[in-house]
Amino acid sequence: MTIIQSTIDGKSPEYLSNQKAMAELVGDLKNKLAMIEGGGGAKYSQRHLDRGKLLPRDRVNRLLDKGSAFLEFSQLAAYDMYSKDVAAAGVITGIGRVSGLECVIICNDATVKGGSYFPMTVKKHLRAQEIAEQNNLPCIYLVDSGGANLPSQDDVFPDKNHFGRIFYNQANMSAKGIPQIAVVMGSCTAGGAYVPAMSDENVIVKEQGTIFLAGPPLVKAATGEVVSAEDLGGGDVHTRISGVADHLAQDDNHGLEIARVIVGNLNRQKTNQLAMKESQEPAYDPSELHGIIPPDLKTPYDVREVIARIVDGSEFDEFKKRYGTTIVCGFAHIYGMPVGIVANNGVIFSESALKGAHFVELCNHRGIPLIFLQNVTGFMVGQKYESGGIARDGAKLVTAVSCAQVPKFTIIIGGSFGAGNYGMCGRAFNPRFLWMWPNARVSVMGGEQAANVLSTVKRDGIERQGGTWSAQDEAAFKKPIEEQYEHQGHPYYASARLWDDGVIDPVDSRRVLGLGLSASLNAPFGPTTYGVFRM
Amino acid sequence: MFSKILIANRGEIACRVIETAQKNGIHTIAVYSDADSTARHVRLADEAHHIGGPAATDSYLLGDVILEVARHAGAEAIHPGYGFLSENAEFSEACTKAGIVFIGPSADSIRSMGLKDKAKDIMSHAGVPVVPGYQGEDQHPEKLKKHADQIGYPVLIKAVAGGGGKGMRLVEKPDDFIAGLESCQREAAASFGNAHVLIEKYLTKPRHIELQVFGDNYGDAVYLHERDCSLQRRHQKVVEEAPAPGMSDKMRRAMGDAAVKAAKAIGYCGAGTIEFIVDVQNGLEDAPFYFMEMNTRLQVEHPVTELITGQDLVEWQLRIAAGEPIPLKQEDIPLIGHAFEVRLYAEDPENNFLPQTGKITHFSSPPQDAHFRMDTGVEEGDEVSIYYDPMIAKLIVWDIDRQGALRQMSRALAHTAVSGLKCNLEFLGNIIRHPAFAAADLDTGFIERFKGDLLPEDNKADPNILALAAMAELAPRSTGGDPWDFTDGWRMNLDLKTTLTFIDHDEKRDVKVVYRAGAFCLTIEGKNHDVKILQQAGAALNIAVDGQKISAKVIQDGQDLTLFYNGTVSYLHHFLAGAEGEDESGGSGVIVTPMPGKVTQIMINDGDLAALGQPLMILEAMKMEHTIKAQIAGRIDGFSLTVGDQVADGEILIRIIEDQE
Repeated sequence: MTIIQSTIDGKSPEYLSNQKAMAELVGDLKNKLAMIEGGGGAKYSQRHLDRGKLLPRDRVNRLLDKGSAFLEFSQLAAYDMYSKDVAAAGVITGIGRVSGLECVIICNDATVKGGSYFPMTVKKHLRAQEIAEQNNLPCIYLVDSGGANLPSQDDVFPDKNHFGRIFYNQANMSAKGIPQIAVVMGSCTAGGAYVPAMSDENVIVKEQGTIFLAGPPLVKAATGEVVSAEDLGGGDVHTRISGVADHLAQDDNHGLEIARVIVGNLNRQKTNQLAMKESQEPAYDPSELHGIIPPDLKTPYDVREVIARIVDGSEFDEFKKRYGTTIVCGFAHIYGMPVGIVANNGVIFSESALKGAHFVELCNHRGIPLIFLQNVTGFMVGQKYESGGIARDGAKLVTAVSCAQVPKFTIIIGGSFGAGNYGMCGRAFNPRFLWMWPNARVSVMGGEQAANVLSTVKRDGIERQGGTWSAQDEAAFKKPIEEQYEHQGHPYYASARLWDDGVIDPVDSRRVLGLGLSASLNAPFGPTTYGVFRM
Repeated sequence: MFSKILIANRGEIACRVIETAQKNGIHTIAVYSDADSTARHVRLADEAHHIGGPAATDSYLLGDVILEVARHAGAEAIHPGYGFLSENAEFSEACTKAGIVFIGPSADSIRSMGLKDKAKDIMSHAGVPVVPGYQGEDQHPEKLKKHADQIGYPVLIKAVAGGGGKGMRLVEKPDDFIAGLESCQREAAASFGNAHVLIEKYLTKPRHIELQVFGDNYGDAVYLHERDCSLQRRHQKVVEEAPAPGMSDKMRRAMGDAAVKAAKAIGYCGAGTIEFIVDVQNGLEDAPFYFMEMNTRLQVEHPVTELITGQDLVEWQLRIAAGEPIPLKQEDIPLIGHAFEVRLYAEDPENNFLPQTGKITHFSSPPQDAHFRMDTGVEEGDEVSIYYDPMIAKLIVWDIDRQGALRQMSRALAHTAVSGLKCNLEFLGNIIRHPAFAAADLDTGFIERFKGDLLPEDNKADPNILALAAMAELAPRSTGGDPWDFTDGWRMNLDLKTTLTFIDHDEKRDVKVVYRAGAFCLTIEGKNHDVKILQQAGAALNIAVDGQKISAKVIQDGQDLTLFYNGTVSYLHHFLAGAEGEDESGGSGVIVTPMPGKVTQIMINDGDLAALGQPLMILEAMKMEHTIKAQIAGRIDGFSLTVGDQVADGEILIRIIEDQE
């Protein structure tokens, strides 16, 4: 194994100014998260506690094995999207260890708008189920939700990837042997009633959880029958008479303990299909990443400095080091798990694309999970490259990445623009997880480029008609375009819409990759068949 | 010397005897009850025989059974240890009859010392001082007063039939005697129907000092100096030391000579102890001392004598019993340094020293060396049963002087840990560390006098102990590479916040925890502390609390923690809400007929309290009798069925309302 030789000077002015810039970005991220962690705020949290309930994050913590990690998804979901704050889209999702098994947990936050489903709530819920399905992880639903957000019904109810998909997923995951477990800790009304009903095994909390297709007000309106929520669909009714629920818990803590017992009886075992090595920490301190990453995406740096702070012992065996050098490929280990790394080190040329495609094929062939570190302005443009067939070579890379069945993980560590996003396993290419650093940007092209393209087209049009366009007017034309791209390319904007699974501190890259990799080993790697490679 | 002996005992003393015997090349035979089949003494012995049931009366007290084993196994001698048959004259006699040497005194010696009054008479006649007093038929008040004046004040007037502290009067001066006597007699007559009293010298500051003696078959006797056993709780020795603090050579010689005189008076052979009570109100020098009783066996506290004399008393016993003379002349018996012994008991000092039983899940102590010795009959994993004395071990230390020995004991106690059952370790430490004990301000009332210090009322775990408990619970468990195995509470962009609840003396105590990279922020009683785990190896746990290093032993047994920190022992239970809950899905206050049937029997009435699982009525259906039991505890509400009633499927039979208390 070759150890990467770092050339970073921790006292250089660049390092220090980079560090300061990244600290600000990470600080801002953590401040936002501290707000989001509070859910619906003090008032609603207190009301929740007064009902004898545990706060949603405490429910998750109580469910998980003591001190074990929680790989949370989409913390910034719905951020700045609705007229009012909907913290984390009103649902906490993630992977955590329960009774020794990695499980996906989907926990409604009733302090946020009663836990009702906004469009992003649905999307986040479905994304968590997708992760469970891809990685073969049991699902535990901690249900406490008023159901669909009625004013947004057109965005949550009718479409393919709307509310109904939750139950479709439950049925199909159950069919695949992925356990579906629900703990009813509050309302489960209307469609929501199907979450526990569609589960393999469920728990209801006494005098707190309710399950019914229609709540007391609707029943009264429909038939005139007056009945309390508890008598209509409380824990006693469902565990004793209806059989809708299997276990009656005394309170939240007890319900979560029962869920742990249920998971303990699942008879599942993680089978590792990788040749493991002994884990070791990187030779270089990951916290140095803050000083390495320049705030301006246009400033080049060697991506090996990043790899050196993510992988075991900073050991990295490069593949085709001398060829297609704008993509760095090589083998490494993360927490002892072998990985193949594909990282950008500049604009993609034909050779880089070919090298990348070759390497992806290698990893896929050998059953080695792939990690993509995206920092790409795109493919090289110009007549020479087009005539050289860069589109053909780019297509090879996209084909290889698309068809690869080994677990793929992507971190956008800088720019993610244009076809570079595709070739480097962007969201559309089904990586098991995709995370962004706070300095990253994602858009069809850079804001400046987009403004230039549009202004060039406009200038050409004006000049064709014999007009002139002042530099001032052009600048005024370009400014809102640049601003729009900057706003929409921002990680918060992306994360709010679930274009990724979360914005992370660069220092945490190793940990999230390790957790994701390990979780992905719960599912066997499928066989790969490639499409036609354009030669 | 013998080549094969049987040890008619168990526990630490059996182990002790086996060790010396084996050192001398003697084949050892152990006996054991059902409860001791895997006990340490059985493991140590060369051969072991089962002798009966767990109760001592069914095993270790069965002299004839033991003798039969000895005969069968070819033992030449029997060592009785202490307790059990050690002071049983009949057994000693039976041994002799059977041609097996009883390693101890003759039956006559045992008998003459067995009865306290007779023993006192013998000693008195031999010129050994006994506690002055009057116990006679003449109960005339003036006569009694005369006796009291002769004895010297203060005196104690005691009802002959008395007991339990009743019928006792302390009289400080002659003028108060008659009034005290009358009141005592009144109370004695009323309480016991017998107004007879006796008068005894009252010692205001008594010390219990005993002399170790040895006699041989040739009429010789020596003393191996004294032991001070003043630290007693209800006549149970707690701490013993040798020599007695403040003992001058002159005083030692006086007491030693008296002890030898006593031993010779009855032709004593073997190891024995003469217990004296010493009146130290004017100090130990030239203080009056009185014979109390003689123990005709090896004492529990014999190791302190061994450590200051460098002799093996068990070996002495064996040699003398084998017919050898006393190994050393009186003037050649050394006295070097100072030794302490404490008795580590499985008992709960906070609960009136209630004996504890159970499995010893952890037992650690310092390595034995020239300064520290431990005699024990148990090891980690052994059981302390209800059948025998709950002593776990004797910790014995030696150093060149008393101060040094105190330091050694302090350290030994601090490095000893027992879990699985409660023990008196902290109480012992409180004595050893007490300034009055360090100053040797000893008397038999010491423990009672300093009760407040030795058994503090408020014994709640301090914040450091809670921090230790929290760290023990949160310490990383895995060293594996899988990041899912890590227990550092990693959260994405957040810190894990949680609360640990410990139950301490029936009180819930919360420790709020924020997981930080490589450390924790704990909130205990409203104060924040930065806490870090420095080292954890087995039970040893080192943490830093706000930069200050703290070392402890923490033993975790499921959710139970035993913490040994800074001389204190804390028992905490990590309470996990919901973990002990019952799944209630089966239980309901509403009992519905399982199928149509006929009521054949009713065991309750409306309004009765029903316990969980209590049979309530019997229903006959499908040719089967179905007993209907209470699925929850509570009160029967609105019950109106009678025997013979037919009930339909799904009909409510009984309604039980949970008691809201």
